[in-house]
Amino acid sequence: MTRSRILSLALGIAVVIALIVIPQGFNRYGLFILSQWAVMSIAAMGLNLTLGYAGQVSLAQGAFVGIGAYAAAIMTTQGYPLIGALPVAIILCFAVGWILGYPALRVQHHYLAFVTLAFSTLAFLVFRNEDWLTKGIYGISNIPRPHVFGFATNRPLPFYYVCLGSLGIVTFMVWWLIRSPWGRAFVALRENPVRALSLGIDTRRYTLMAFAIGSALGGIAGTLYAPLTQYVDPVPFNLSLSLDLLMMVIVGGSGFFFGPFLGAMIAVLLPEWMRDFTGGYYLMFYAAAVILLLIYSPSGILGILDRFLTERRTKTASAMRAVAKAKLETAP
Amino acid sequence: MSNLLDLLIAGLATGAIYALVAVGFTLLWQTSQTINFAQGEFVMLPAFLMLAAMHVGAPFWLAILLGILLSLILLGLGFKLLLVDPMLRHGVLPLAIATMALAIGLKEAVKQFFSAEASPFPSIIPAGDISILGRTVSLQSIGVLVLAIAVVVALTTLLNRSSIGHQMQAAAQNPTVARIIGVPVERMILLTFLINAFLVAIASLLITPIYLAKFSSGEVLGQAAFIAAIVGGFNQVRGAIAGGLLIGVVDNLAAAYVSTQYRAAVPMILLIAIILFRPQGLMGRAEERTV
Repeated sequence: MTRSRILSLALGIAVVIALIVIPQGFNRYGLFILSQWAVMSIAAMGLNLTLGYAGQVSLAQGAFVGIGAYAAAIMTTQGYPLIGALPVAIILCFAVGWILGYPALRVQHHYLAFVTLAFSTLAFLVFRNEDWLTKGIYGISNIPRPHVFGFATNRPLPFYYVCLGSLGIVTFMVWWLIRSPWGRAFVALRENPVRALSLGIDTRRYTLMAFAIGSALGGIAGTLYAPLTQYVDPVPFNLSLSLDLLMMVIVGGSGFFFGPFLGAMIAVLLPEWMRDFTGGYYLMFYAAAVILLLIYSPSGILGILDRFLTERRTKTASAMRAVAKAKLETAP
Repeated sequence: MSNLLDLLIAGLATGAIYALVAVGFTLLWQTSQTINFAQGEFVMLPAFLMLAAMHVGAPFWLAILLGILLSLILLGLGFKLLLVDPMLRHGVLPLAIATMALAIGLKEAVKQFFSAEASPFPSIIPAGDISILGRTVSLQSIGVLVLAIAVVVALTTLLNRSSIGHQMQAAAQNPTVARIIGVPVERMILLTFLINAFLVAIASLLITPIYLAKFSSGEVLGQAAFIAAIVGGFNQVRGAIAGGLLIGVVDNLAAAYVSTQYRAAVPMILLIAIILFRPQGLMGRAEERTV
């Protein structure tokens, strides 16, 4: 156990160093895609809290990314710093997520999916139609990138580090949250809501909490998205972003901590990589790949790994049992 | 007030198409717990199959037959065998995600192999107007309404009056008991997939002349059909019909009387209200929750 922990720690450090060092040689476009991966990982991590840990299907995560993006776009073009837009986006998404959680208390599963779907559409219509606030279909352009500790991050590489650093901070916070009593209550809620209630968990509060925190993470992703693209219009935040994020969570492995990272990698990087050698057919291949993966492992990529590790552990255990038994039998 | 009549008829015509699509959606849910997020794309595809047949020289009637046949094979049989069957035992969510991926795949395939542009599509209903109650109404709307209702009536008659229909309902409501009393449940499930494929092909034939054939046209339609199914009652065929007609009418009235900008919001608000106050839908049964 300790050896495998050291191994995974070493692997983690290697991945982090690779994420810092390797992109230094990347061109503008490569850095943009990697930054996008970091941003989408944050949003998917939020959805993983709602779906993977609290078991509530939400089709509105894309709308929260949109709310965050518009908060950042509107405030930074008005001259406020990005760090000032962040709490606004978080509080706004947290509050809306909390309210959206109320239907979750009344209805379950697919019904909830459709309430959130309805919200997604409403948010899109507001982005598109409230010209006075969002400039409608023309969108908000010239969104400035932030200064971090006095450094301007206008160039792609520094801004990539802003995204990566934010991903690191959010990852640590979510990791802490999941190990806290709250996180355990979320899992209890997912596994069996009725039993959780009988154990004295205030299921109402935790359902709302899971929704609100998950939504707030979507908002954080949005505040990074706006300066990343430097242009915000309603189209990227339509229903398909919510569906994409849901796909990221499921494909990566819902309920696994690192699932969203892998899922976002599949959804953001795989199509781009495939575009190089499949031309215009890349999205078709991408769709086929997702379907095949889900048929093979419905619990996502980390599901495969999990199954493999469990199998190996069972094998080692039964081997040790056999050895012990043989020793007993040959003993005088 | 005469304007209202036009709006009602146009609304009922689109609503009847939503109903066709929504009925298939609820049938799949009832018999195999499949939420098909590609349902809208399922409506988009048959029109392109028919167009492709016409491009290679088939006359319109033959293209329609080929389109329906291919739709039965691809969207009925193929969908069940290649996607739903291997995934069904893993639960609702992975399957729902797989159908989302399928929707992307279908859209992209049409865009790549056919065209990214909208193509016109011939109508099986002759153009022109007829007068009803002293008002001129487009033949198109009336024709779509009549045909869609005819299909729905035929389907409900099949479900409620025939032996096969009773077996299908038994298989949907309680597969275990149905199996015990000798219903070939597997065959009945396959039949619902074929019926869904037939319904989307008909819907495609009726709606494409109005909105043109475009690879992305399934998005809006699929969403409308989902809402119709939920508003009416997820687990009831007659609910899906009522929901479809209601959404069609509400959508048209909202466009005329509320605002064109927020017309898409009106069915959504209706949806939220119904889910909050009557989660099982207008005509649905409440599903028991198990511990």
